[in-house]
Amino acid sequence: MAEHSPPANATEKRASRVRWLLLAPALLVLLFAASGPLLITLVYSVLTPGDYGGVIWQPSGDAWFNVILQRDIFDDTLSWSDAHLSIFWRSVKLSLMTTVGCIIFGFPTAYFIATRPKKQRDLWMLLIIIPFWTNILIRTFAVVELIRNEGTINTVLMWSGIIDAPIQMLFTEFSILVGMIYVYLPLMVLPLYASMERLDFSLVEAGYDLYATRMQVLKRIILPLVKPGVIAGSILVFVPSLGAYVTPRVMGGGNQLMIGNLIELQFGQGRNWPLGAALSITLLAIVMVALMAYVRTAGKEGPGHG
Amino acid sequence: MTAAISVRNLRKVYPGTPDVVALADASIDIQDNEFFTLLGPSGCGKTTLLRMIAGFEHPTSGTLTMHGEDLSDLPPYKRPVNTVFQSYALFPHMTVAQNIGFGLEMLGKPKAEIKQTVDEMMELVKMTEMADRQTGQISGGQQQRVALARALAPRPRVLLLDEPLSALDFKLRKDMQLELKRLQMETGITFIFVTHDQEEALTMSDRIAVMSAGTIRQIGGPRDIYDHPAERFVADFIGDTNFVPAEVATHKGTDADVTLSSGKVVTARMPEGEQMQGKVTLAVRPEHANISTEAEGLLPGTLSEVVYFGTDTHYHVALDDGTGFVVRRQNRPDETSGFSTGDRIGVQFAPGVGQVLRD
Repeated sequence: MAEHSPPANATEKRASRVRWLLLAPALLVLLFAASGPLLITLVYSVLTPGDYGGVIWQPSGDAWFNVILQRDIFDDTLSWSDAHLSIFWRSVKLSLMTTVGCIIFGFPTAYFIATRPKKQRDLWMLLIIIPFWTNILIRTFAVVELIRNEGTINTVLMWSGIIDAPIQMLFTEFSILVGMIYVYLPLMVLPLYASMERLDFSLVEAGYDLYATRMQVLKRIILPLVKPGVIAGSILVFVPSLGAYVTPRVMGGGNQLMIGNLIELQFGQGRNWPLGAALSITLLAIVMVALMAYVRTAGKEGPGHG
Repeated sequence: MTAAISVRNLRKVYPGTPDVVALADASIDIQDNEFFTLLGPSGCGKTTLLRMIAGFEHPTSGTLTMHGEDLSDLPPYKRPVNTVFQSYALFPHMTVAQNIGFGLEMLGKPKAEIKQTVDEMMELVKMTEMADRQTGQISGGQQQRVALARALAPRPRVLLLDEPLSALDFKLRKDMQLELKRLQMETGITFIFVTHDQEEALTMSDRIAVMSAGTIRQIGGPRDIYDHPAERFVADFIGDTNFVPAEVATHKGTDADVTLSSGKVVTARMPEGEQMQGKVTLAVRPEHANISTEAEGLLPGTLSEVVYFGTDTHYHVALDDGTGFVVRRQNRPDETSGFSTGDRIGVQFAPGVGQVLRD
């Protein structure tokens, strides 16, 4: 026994060394490309802004203060920063609506694909994924072309005499919502499809057989079983929606800002890097709180889930 | 008397190139309280027929009635029929009790009644202790019993069972066969059972429909089907059979005198309503025949092999007409046949034992 243990130990040591070697590239990337910048952002958020951008190495709490509060220039009275709060609210609201919208459009789509014969499924999935290969800017402008005042929808509606004047759709929250749902829909369809493909459809038949109507089968059998897919899809859509930058910029035309645009503004025209840094970390905090709350409630509901 | 389930000229074709005919033309009347089995090899259309009765598939043509009521336009959730699925299809996100109560809940029964029925059902299938287990935490045999209880709980008029025992091991399958038969007698519900296992069919059924290639070949009681197969497929599919060439000499009703290759004449049984002439094939079960001296036997030959099976012994005979014949004899401690390999012997069977087959 004693003679055998040293080589066994050595093998184990080597195996653990190999594991660390395999992990090393990812760890390096995480350390330098994620944790590093995050740390810099954290530090910048407590410094003083420089006159032409950048930071002056002088500690200051102003940036954090300005995230949600503002001091009147003339009489120094404190008040809530309405501009920032409304942007936060719009971001959260639009992201939630995008997530719900993606579930509403994505669920039937994924169900449709999952119920096709095996050979056809790949083709349908390809159709879902193809837009993904296209640059997000181009995809967004394609939607702009549809809904702008002289765009396809308004032109057709006016030509057919249904409306007299174009409906203002572009540069509204509605247009941002449409753009984001379109852009993020594949991120919902993919995990939903993955969980539905694994769904045993004899369970659906068993439901019908035991007197459940279509709605009851959906609610009592399909939904509880594909819930992991719904949760994964929701996270994949909600997180990037909250930090969305390109879509609100193009579809909102600069007057319907979301957090991403606000942050960009601080690092650009605003020349207030500490505020931009503080806002970034606020966004991160909102995402984390929202995710934890969501996973906790979504994991609990539904009877008999262990 | 109207049948519990009446199937008339039911046909199911799946469109494609070429079209797939799953069920060519089936007509059956299944009576109340009957244990009826659809038996056949895979692809014979038995599951398709069952799924049409359940409402999962729509017939291409033909009619389907239950107690005289047309079922064609009823979706599965409106048919008083429940299914035990081959894969059991238990809901993995519910407990044993929730699974069993699901049908009653969907029917909108009051909570107290559901609880009472679920308790009764768990008692019936001996699963009371497992009520709060998740379905993934119980064994295959237990899952099988939960699936049964779940399908029986809403008190369907007809219970459909799609090869429910095929996933169980041998010992458990034997137990469940008896259990199923007991449940059917206790509940008085009509069972329609689908299987490819002939032994399962013979031990449990009141009547059996033997199917192949989308058509029903023969309907009858287990004894009928085994002793008097009407055609070659049935004789071949169920049990072991010797096929003996013969020629019809005279026949009257179901009795026919046939001449064997040895020139000897024996009385055989003709399928009802058949008037076959000339060359025919006889089916003779190995255990219905016996071996004797060459002079006494109907068919002469050489004993080529003797295989001992414990309960019985198989005698393989190379007949003089070039065909083979197997005789099966039960072993007794104080008796041997007295023949050994290479001996000249004769094969014998009683009048009425040979069955003339439809081709």
